[in-house]
Amino acid sequence: MSAYPQTQVSFSPHRIGAMVLRYWYLLRSSWPRVVELIYWPMVQVLTWGLIQIYVAQHSGFFARAGATLIGAMLLWEILFRGQLGFSISFLEEMWARNLGNLMMSPLRPAEFVAALMVMSLLRLVIGMVPVFIVALAFFGFNVYQLGFAFVFFFVNLILTSWSIGILVSGLLLRHGLGAESLAWTLAFLILPLSCVYYPVSVLPEWLQPFSWLLPPTYVFEGLRALVIDRVFRADLMLGALALNSVYFAAAAFAFLRLLESARRQGTLMQTGE
Amino acid sequence: MSPRAAISADQLVKVFKGTTAVAGISFQLPPGSITALLGGNGAGKTTTIAMIMGLTVPTSGTVSVLGAQMPQQRYQVLHRMNFESPYVDMPMRLTVRQNLKVFAGLYGVEDPDARIATLADEFDLKDFIDRPTGKLSSGQKTRVSVAKSLLNHPEVLLLDEPTASLDPDTADWVRGRLERYRAVSGATVLLASHNMTEVERLCERVIMLKRGRIEDDDSPGRLLARYGRDTLEEVFLDVARGRREAREAAQ
Repeated sequence: MSAYPQTQVSFSPHRIGAMVLRYWYLLRSSWPRVVELIYWPMVQVLTWGLIQIYVAQHSGFFARAGATLIGAMLLWEILFRGQLGFSISFLEEMWARNLGNLMMSPLRPAEFVAALMVMSLLRLVIGMVPVFIVALAFFGFNVYQLGFAFVFFFVNLILTSWSIGILVSGLLLRHGLGAESLAWTLAFLILPLSCVYYPVSVLPEWLQPFSWLLPPTYVFEGLRALVIDRVFRADLMLGALALNSVYFAAAAFAFLRLLESARRQGTLMQTGE
Repeated sequence: MSPRAAISADQLVKVFKGTTAVAGISFQLPPGSITALLGGNGAGKTTTIAMIMGLTVPTSGTVSVLGAQMPQQRYQVLHRMNFESPYVDMPMRLTVRQNLKVFAGLYGVEDPDARIATLADEFDLKDFIDRPTGKLSSGQKTRVSVAKSLLNHPEVLLLDEPTASLDPDTADWVRGRLERYRAVSGATVLLASHNMTEVERLCERVIMLKRGRIEDDDSPGRLLARYGRDTLEEVFLDVARGRREAREAAQ
């Protein structure tokens, strides 16, 4: 037996790997979970793809604007599915009554969050790659033709999705499964103001400043600028990145505060309703 | 407070929304000791263990494990502790082997495959090690759970009702394994239990809790002598029903 005290490395990729392995085992063991990743984005791409074909039958500006619909839908799915992938992996621990095991293990909150981010990416790849292929095959929309702009869009959207996921996880820790519906609905709260399918100028003037507080607004405006005007707006991407940094830091801070509050209230062991 | 105590609680209090779960308890457990926390439902056993694990923050007072203040310094020692509790489960869809592998990763166990093979041997898990954990009987699940609690060779082991819901034979078998682990490793064990046979067999010291306070704290033998009883169960009932105070008042 060793003399006290001993310390352990403060951030361990091994522990992150162990958590990713845990979620991978779960995904592998359950085909409904895999189907769930693909089927709804597939329904969405088919619906919006057909609408886009209809709009494209008109000429001029509307035909070009219509071309943004399927791109906007795919980018929205990255945000929504990224957040859902994060939150559902977290919820799996609550459904399995495994959170107490994790909280009493050497796993640190930052490692837990990092594992959830990795899983969010993995689930996104499994869910969205088939959808991108369908978008290309049936509607001629090649997401990779967006070039390096797609990398900026993706990074900004996934950062927003993680910020929402981290906040939802903190609320779940503090309030238990009673807060579960937030995991499914919180992203939709920002949908109207993010101007996914229409430009910011459509909003009433007094609402537009609020819209510009949301990083996805910059991404969707950037998408329209690229597809309609063939211009890459680096300023918009940088604006989104700056806002995302603020929101990500705020979400991480809120998560830690909610975790501490759960420790004070003793709710970590009983994570039911 | 002794710096050598493996677990040390000093005036520990926990209040949940006006309800006092633990009301200022103090105790020190020397390294290598095996102690029972005994008490009825709501006596404060699980809350005390949760505070020792750093899962719940005390309202006041302090608790330290292996020299680290909990919960502030928990990451200095969590890899040297482990626990078993009926309040948590392991993921049901994962096989026993997968679950043990994940927890071995979390606890930084060296050569996890060899350790899992050893535990599978010791706890007789081989027949169902590749079966989903959710498909096991409650006795098998408990064995897996106890095996998980020993994955990292813990120096401090916290057990909350480790043999609850087990048949007498399996319970006795699990106790034997725990006894052997303690003898070989010299680990400090704190056991919360309702099972008096278990406490009499395993523990050298019993801390009796009632309504969040320590009602008594001694070896099983001295407790039996002091209460004039033949079994710890009778002592437990005396404490739970306040018979000792009644007897002393009558005298």
